[in-house]
Amino acid sequence: MNAMMPMWTDICAVADIPRRGARVVKAPGGDIAVFRTADDRVFALNDHCPHKGGPLSQGIVHDTGVTCPLHNWVIDLETGRARGADEGCAHKVPVEVVDGRVRLRIGGTL
Amino acid sequence: MTARLVVVGNGMAAGRMLEHLTEAAPDAYAITVFGAEPRVNYNRILLSPVLSGEKSFEQIVTHDDAWYASRGIDLVKGGEIVAIDRAAHTVTARDGSVTPYDRLVIATGSSPFIVPVPGHKLPGVVAYRDLDDVNAMLAAAETGGSAVVIGGGLLGLEAAAGLKMRGMEVTVLHLMPTLMERQLDPAAGYLLQQAMEARGIRVICRANTHSILGEDKVTGVRLDDGSEIPADIVVMAVGIRPNAALAKGAGLAVNRGLLVDDHMRTDDADIFAVGECVEHRGQCYGLVAPLFDMAKVLAAQLAGDATAAYEGSVTSTKLKVTGVDLFSAGDFAEGEGREEIVLRDAARGIYKRLVIKDERIIGAVMYGETADGGWFFDLLKKATPITDMRGTLIFGQSFAGGTPLDPMAAVAALPDEAEICGCNGVCKGKITGTIVEKGLTSLDQVRAHTKASASCGSCTGLVEQLMQLTLGDKFARAAVQPVCACTDLGHDDVRRLILAKSLKSVPAVMQELEWKTSCGCAKCRPALNYYLLCAWPGDYVDDGQSRFINERVHANIQKDGTYSVVPRMWGGVTSATELRAIADVVDKFAIPTVKVTGGQRIDLLGVKKEDLPAVWADLNAAGMVSGHAYGKALRTVKTCVGSEWCRFGTQDSTGLGIRLERVMWGAWTPAKVKLGVSGCPRNCAEATCKDIGVICVDSGYDILFAGAAGLDIKGTEALGHAGSEDEAVEIILALTQAYREQARYLERIYKWAKRVGNDSIRAQVIDDVDKRKALAARFLHAQRFAQVDPWAERVSGVDAHEFNPLTPFMPQEAAE
Repeated sequence: MNAMMPMWTDICAVADIPRRGARVVKAPGGDIAVFRTADDRVFALNDHCPHKGGPLSQGIVHDTGVTCPLHNWVIDLETGRARGADEGCAHKVPVEVVDGRVRLRIGGTL
Repeated sequence: MTARLVVVGNGMAAGRMLEHLTEAAPDAYAITVFGAEPRVNYNRILLSPVLSGEKSFEQIVTHDDAWYASRGIDLVKGGEIVAIDRAAHTVTARDGSVTPYDRLVIATGSSPFIVPVPGHKLPGVVAYRDLDDVNAMLAAAETGGSAVVIGGGLLGLEAAAGLKMRGMEVTVLHLMPTLMERQLDPAAGYLLQQAMEARGIRVICRANTHSILGEDKVTGVRLDDGSEIPADIVVMAVGIRPNAALAKGAGLAVNRGLLVDDHMRTDDADIFAVGECVEHRGQCYGLVAPLFDMAKVLAAQLAGDATAAYEGSVTSTKLKVTGVDLFSAGDFAEGEGREEIVLRDAARGIYKRLVIKDERIIGAVMYGETADGGWFFDLLKKATPITDMRGTLIFGQSFAGGTPLDPMAAVAALPDEAEICGCNGVCKGKITGTIVEKGLTSLDQVRAHTKASASCGSCTGLVEQLMQLTLGDKFARAAVQPVCACTDLGHDDVRRLILAKSLKSVPAVMQELEWKTSCGCAKCRPALNYYLLCAWPGDYVDDGQSRFINERVHANIQKDGTYSVVPRMWGGVTSATELRAIADVVDKFAIPTVKVTGGQRIDLLGVKKEDLPAVWADLNAAGMVSGHAYGKALRTVKTCVGSEWCRFGTQDSTGLGIRLERVMWGAWTPAKVKLGVSGCPRNCAEATCKDIGVICVDSGYDILFAGAAGLDIKGTEALGHAGSEDEAVEIILALTQAYREQARYLERIYKWAKRVGNDSIRAQVIDDVDKRKALAARFLHAQRFAQVDPWAERVSGVDAHEFNPLTPFMPQEAAE
């Protein structure tokens, strides 16, 4: 059996992500966007806008939201949900910062 | 026999714990304290005033020898413990002496983190941790000279201010873009940097230390960019690490710090820990308030209160630099369900921000005026509902519960001689008097007659309120469309104020123009970035994170997340070499679609983001550069073949098109700019629907502008006629610069022209030759900084993080 349980996986240093920016993580289950806000909080979402699948990692990051580069939906980083009148959710990926390193809870072909 | 309590470490946490313990249970233990420093206990957080000379060491001693004696505590100064024998219940000091314990408290504190760059062990490199460090700094300051402080956090800035007060030339190097980024948002960080610079301290942010220079002592610091800063002393203040080595050696559970439970107990029931060496619920603390909270709990535990528990601390920060008032507490990030109340008073350099969630304060940042910090922190810690005082909350405790101010009432209450417009010295009475006397009803009329708000414009709001007061319903306020929900100012006001106030960064604009959000949004940030870039060529540092993805990575994002690449083909002319290179790139990177565009270019569609730099490298090698097909920028100059080939051609339209594109490429503009140059009135280059067009005629060049062939279809308008190619180029550069300086972000030339009127544009770039020359000169000046091929830059490694996805290392479980 090749199945793996999701596990905390070291990704990068917080400093590797630009402030008010994001990086893409090529994870086994699909791309994950890891965001860093102006005040150094780190969030992770599936890199897939609920609207038309735009890569959220490429959007402009402002406060704790990101504006999708394709059609300007604003996705809240804390909940993964679209803000304003739009409805949809880019699913959150568990993320933590330990000693300045970003870790995601990923994996699992389960 | 009395139980024996041994305390390893004599810092602030241990001292405070002993105070509580000897008060609650004076006779419970025979206490021995080992302190590694050869002195009594002192208030470490007051080292900064000692460094600056505002306090003496004696003034910061908390417990002198008599204090220990009166409580029967045996203090072993300079007694460093090197081992714990948990089985035998003893500790061993460096001198070999062994002391037994029944209960042990580990309070070993933390050590400064020293960045291991070359030269970090040279004499003259010090940390900022204890009195010895302070004495080393004071010795260096005695001879004057230069100091470099590495680290723009709390300690680093306090050290910098102290050394400056001692007469040294001080430079602060900070890795991050703004100071104290863990405690302050960028707006407050910006104000702090201004304050440090105002006291003569040089601050370099985004500074990566490469090495510390010197043979047998420090002589300077070299940064990654190669620049060198002379230094007689280097202070490292980049952070601390819990001292948990002793505990680890004894086999206690240690993560980042020594692990304790809510009772401050380690995994050995007889061993407790307190202070900066511990890790509690995943947190290590470096501020004094949590240490005191822990000390109180530990003392109660040791005194026999088994229920005493520490549940973590919400921390607040104050900078102890005289004249700089700064306070932060709690969680001040934004988020859903969170609201913020922001007060900015640009003139007084005040910034206050409260973050509210569920009607309670969860975070506060204050700069410039912090008197209410304690009150806000109290509301935060007690989770007091603020619903009833929300309207006046930001004004502080003295306003709590008061009625919200009516802004009109404040203006109405001003005396007639109160100055409204500082630029032109216009008082309230003059404005209201002129309104009545002349029957003025619009802001422009008031500006024309009184000059109030006619210069920098920052009093426009006040003038409008006066008009409202004087005219009542008769005043029709000009409806200015704000840039976005982050501000009430329109684009034109923002542009004018950027120039009038010499604002040179996004945080500066947001502070000085009193933005209502802390970090802007996807609408205002790109606009501000453009306005700043246009206003301060060569001076402003482009903020890539405020650009739309296409301009950030210099390619066009497609619906599937791939990108398209359009190399520049000057005037739409290409060659066998270029075409061959394009074909090779298409093959090499398996690019799915190759398309000819309407602007006479070749578009390569479906390029994977991580392939972009390699694609560009190959195109660069064949002499091609970015076509800027992705930008609010000069895009294409479309041409026909003109007099060189065409039997009807009147002038060299291809040559003029190439010349224009060579001069204008790289220019950022409010919206995209496309040109067309046709060699005769048959107009094969379709110049009459471009932003700027040229129709060549026998007598010279007819210059057209303000066409559109997109959402709107609109033929161009005549701008003017040029007799020579040089004159045509000058007019077009002047027109482009006028557009760059006057249009609103995302406003195409035809919309700008419609708004300001064709005549006003003609007056600047055709009729007034001096003005035309000045505009063209400003355009060319800006181009000196703009004409850098962004593709080549990225091929050489700029913004590498954009193109390299992160690949986690995923250990595979063994098959089967």
